Amino acid sequence: MRTLAKRVGAGLAVLYGAATLAFVSLQLIPGDTVSTLLGPATTASAEVRAQISAELGLDQPPLTRYLAYLGRVVTGDLGSSYQLQRPVWQLIGDQLGPTVQLAAAAMAAAVLIALVSAVATAGRRRQVRAAATAWELVAVSLPSYWLGILLLTAFSFQLPIFPVIGAQDLPALVLPALTLGLPIAGVLAQVLREGLEAALAQPFAVTARARGLSQTAVRLRHALRHAASSLATLTGWLVGTLLGGAVLVETVFGRSGIGALTLQAVDNKDMPVVMGVVLLSALVFVVISNLVDLLYRVIDPRVRA
Amino acid sequence: MTALTLTRAPGRRWSLPLAWAVLAPILVAAAAPELLAAVSPIATDPVNALLPPGAGHWFGTDQLGRDLFTRVVHGARPSLLLGLGATVLAVAAGALLGLAAALGGRAADQVVTRVLDILLSLPQLLLALLVITVLGGGVANVVLAIAVAFTPGYARIVRAEALVVRRSGYVEAAKGLGLGRPALIARHILPNAVGPLLVLATVGFGTALIAGSGLSFLGFGVQPPDPEWGAMLAEGRDFLATAWWIGLFPGAAITATVIAVNVLGRAAQRRFTRRTS
Amino acid sequence: MIQVDGLEVSFGAVPAVRDVSFRVAPGECLAIVGESGSGKSVTARALVGLAGDRAAVRARAFTFEGEDLTALTETGWRAVRGRRIGLILQDALVSLDPLRTVGAEVAETLRVHRIADRAARPDRVLSLLSEVGIPDPERRARQHPHELSGGLRQRALIASVLAAGPSLLVADEPTTALDATIQAQILDLLGRLRDSGSGLLLISHDLAAVARLADRIAVMHEGRIVEEGPAAELLAGPRHPYTRALLAAVPGARAKAPGERGPVLLSVAGVSRRFRTPDGHQQAVDDVSFELREGETLGLVGESGSGKTTVARIALGLLEPDAGRVLLGGEPWSGVPERDRRARRRRIQAVYQDPLGSFDPRHTVGRILGQAVALTGLPRRARPARVAELLDQVGLSATLLGRRPLEMSGGQRQRVAIARALAARPDVIVCDEPVSALDVSIQAQILDLLAALQRDLGVAMLFISHDLGVIRHVSDRIAVMKDGRIVESGDAAEVFESPAHPYTKELLAAVPTLTPERSA
Repeated sequence: MRTLAKRVGAGLAVLYGAATLAFVSLQLIPGDTVSTLLGPATTASAEVRAQISAELGLDQPPLTRYLAYLGRVVTGDLGSSYQLQRPVWQLIGDQLGPTVQLAAAAMAAAVLIALVSAVATAGRRRQVRAAATAWELVAVSLPSYWLGILLLTAFSFQLPIFPVIGAQDLPALVLPALTLGLPIAGVLAQVLREGLEAALAQPFAVTARARGLSQTAVRLRHALRHAASSLATLTGWLVGTLLGGAVLVETVFGRSGIGALTLQAVDNKDMPVVMGVVLLSALVFVVISNLVDLLYRVIDPRVRA
Repeated sequence: MTALTLTRAPGRRWSLPLAWAVLAPILVAAAAPELLAAVSPIATDPVNALLPPGAGHWFGTDQLGRDLFTRVVHGARPSLLLGLGATVLAVAAGALLGLAAALGGRAADQVVTRVLDILLSLPQLLLALLVITVLGGGVANVVLAIAVAFTPGYARIVRAEALVVRRSGYVEAAKGLGLGRPALIARHILPNAVGPLLVLATVGFGTALIAGSGLSFLGFGVQPPDPEWGAMLAEGRDFLATAWWIGLFPGAAITATVIAVNVLGRAAQRRFTRRTS
Repeated sequence: MIQVDGLEVSFGAVPAVRDVSFRVAPGECLAIVGESGSGKSVTARALVGLAGDRAAVRARAFTFEGEDLTALTETGWRAVRGRRIGLILQDALVSLDPLRTVGAEVAETLRVHRIADRAARPDRVLSLLSEVGIPDPERRARQHPHELSGGLRQRALIASVLAAGPSLLVADEPTTALDATIQAQILDLLGRLRDSGSGLLLISHDLAAVARLADRIAVMHEGRIVEEGPAAELLAGPRHPYTRALLAAVPGARAKAPGERGPVLLSVAGVSRRFRTPDGHQQAVDDVSFELREGETLGLVGESGSGKTTVARIALGLLEPDAGRVLLGGEPWSGVPERDRRARRRRIQAVYQDPLGSFDPRHTVGRILGQAVALTGLPRRARPARVAELLDQVGLSATLLGRRPLEMSGGQRQRVAIARALAARPDVIVCDEPVSALDVSIQAQILDLLAALQRDLGVAMLFISHDLGVIRHVSDRIAVMKDGRIVESGDAAEVFESPAHPYTKELLAAVPTLTPERSA
């Protein structure tokens, strides 16, 4: 119970920090905030500017503005996109679906590939492990934007198996998911394989073999659980890579989603949207890392003590 | 007690020479591109646009008839500099922050750790994009953006290492010998906490290179017509249906560089751990 | 029952076991004794076909209950492992899967060999756990290895090995990670199994520990069995020089001659220290007092967790006590600013249990000793000569100067640690378990070196160890620690011959001796 309260507190602290970071970023933008909020293409008159300034309380001292901003964030008001003239949370809500689909599919592909690769190659002969190391190395070294271009060239243009660009149906998900998932699979496979090898070198693996278990049974029944717990440390990196990677992958494949929305907002200096995405990322991170932590406690009884 | 010997990582004998063999021409291209390709990388030749790879143009030509091989060679320097600049900045800032947290007392540690927690909760690319939104695009800002994105990770590593070293047996032993605090920090804590970081930074350079070219690909770093691997990929994206080579070679250059750097970085890591643990 | 003739195991071109032959009969205990790297563990694993993928195993004859094991396939081996030959490893904390419950581990053996059907397994598990002397088996079966004490989880490990009823037990260092009193209990348990008709092959580095159990002893050195014979005969009249060296190295065989008493150098009075733990506080040291006089050795003995190391750190001025005070040379040593202490640190120096961890891994021997010498204020020109003198004092060659800690053996490292402690010409040396990480023969060399240095230099020693044999070997006076308190102290001979406190008696009873019980 105390750890739960601690956990929630730490999560809230991160969210508060992210909100503050966004606010500070807004203040750091050179030039006056009204111009930033209105965007470069505005034709607003001086009266309109003054009205906006008063509405947002820009004539107030910074601390008052900061507190008012926090108050709005708490009630879910993230402001409006100047460019699209819609509330930020609506824009994010609209674009969330495709990105969640993409991230989930990429994650599933990555876990599947990594599991098969790691279980099949851990602790095997030299040549097998050399092959595993080689593919992992190539996978982690591939820039996703280039991998996407390669896959598009090969499987959409040269061999027209998958739709080219812009489609949002299931077949159109295959190449983007692979693009986003393959580099992740490389890292997961490497960590899993090394975790398996470390577990198999432990005395308890010898005890299990000496009990009469087969090599494969020791891998699946004992070692895999140990290797899985080493993945828990990767959560932060994983969430970041999925969200950050979405920006690039959605660009390459011309998909809509949070990534495309972010990129458009950065291009147009649409600060309210960027701030909204920052808050969303922090929220996703907090939720997922807490879930993984809970899972980790189930896997490893030693951290419960 | 037991003879559970760790097996050698496979394929090490030929991987290092191979990595250097890949990296050497890329480094030459970055240092003196004119040696490998004398033509100007931005000279257009519309008559010879979109030629496939062949004798005259090894990597083919792009939509404006520019020689792709020349552009890939000349793209080496800006691409590598994006990654290198960002890595140097991030390592320096990370080392300072991490050491400040580990050695600067409870309050400093609390503040730095909290800030790191927040920054680490955001995707690196998003953090970089946030910096770009504030500062705008351009090469210098992209370098800074990537450095900001990578600093928290390095800082966390240095802090953790410094804490481990500070509580290690040899620091206690040195204290027991009568060594003062400044000497303890200078002789034991600093080298042992920052050493691993320098090794990690090799692999980190590869990641920074991918990020730098990625931001150029998104249109924020090096601007056309200047050659940069990521920017070239962005330009070639519209011609994938007809000219696959435009999308192939710049990306292959990035990937080959990163693979080679990763191989060298891991070798350095292994040598480092063998010597110290 | 098992007969091995001409066993050879090699890893690539490196032979680990060379022409090893032995046999074990039902109800008999053969102990194979050797130091690390002698090939004893590889031999144990080869007996269950688990020497490893890279190991080449050959034997002229290798039969078990009349069956030829050399021709066995992997599938054939699986029917032998666990069912007919059981393997017990060191330290159940890592030899049982730490992520699974004790009950699940025991049940797995039953499941693999289809000993009991699913419904009957839980009951079988409970009866196995009580057979090996685990109280409250229902609760224990649901717990994980880290929730059990060292002795209990070693019993659980044995239960998991006994589950399928193997007729031969191979035990590889089964008691090494345990405190002396627990070690004795586990050896008794193994003895009962032997008496009920199992064959027992006991592998150990500790000649004294196996002496109470073994019917026959084989001594292994560099992959070969150099001597084998009935336990009593071998212990009483060793023929091979290596066996003689091993026996002579067993500490405690002779006690130290009492020396003269000088003035008090270190005085620890009513010292207490608490640590914060996840669930409240732990009283690590509770009202501990002792004095250390010039030229004498005080042995501080206790089992793990008794607070010995905390006392050492307080004595060294590396940790402030919550209560009580420490005087060094009559002047306050605790409760003074570090600035004042630093100038006097040279008077009290330390040798730690883990020499590897006490050296900066990047520094060479030359730099390690150079730094220690520099701190004594010696002019730069005179330092190399002093470093050479120190190396000579601890019996090391100057060729080691360029080595890093990782490039030396355990014994060499501990010698360097002693040289570093001597650099400041201290009055007091605190030795915290200085030999517990070393092989027996190396242990003896280090203890001899410490004794010689004390005789030559007159330095006083606070010698901390869990090993009564070692303590007896080096100490003039002894203090026995339990749960943070000193429960008994006095002259070494007195404490050993007529212990007053029940805990001291218990400790002494658990000390392995070289007289085998069976022949006595």
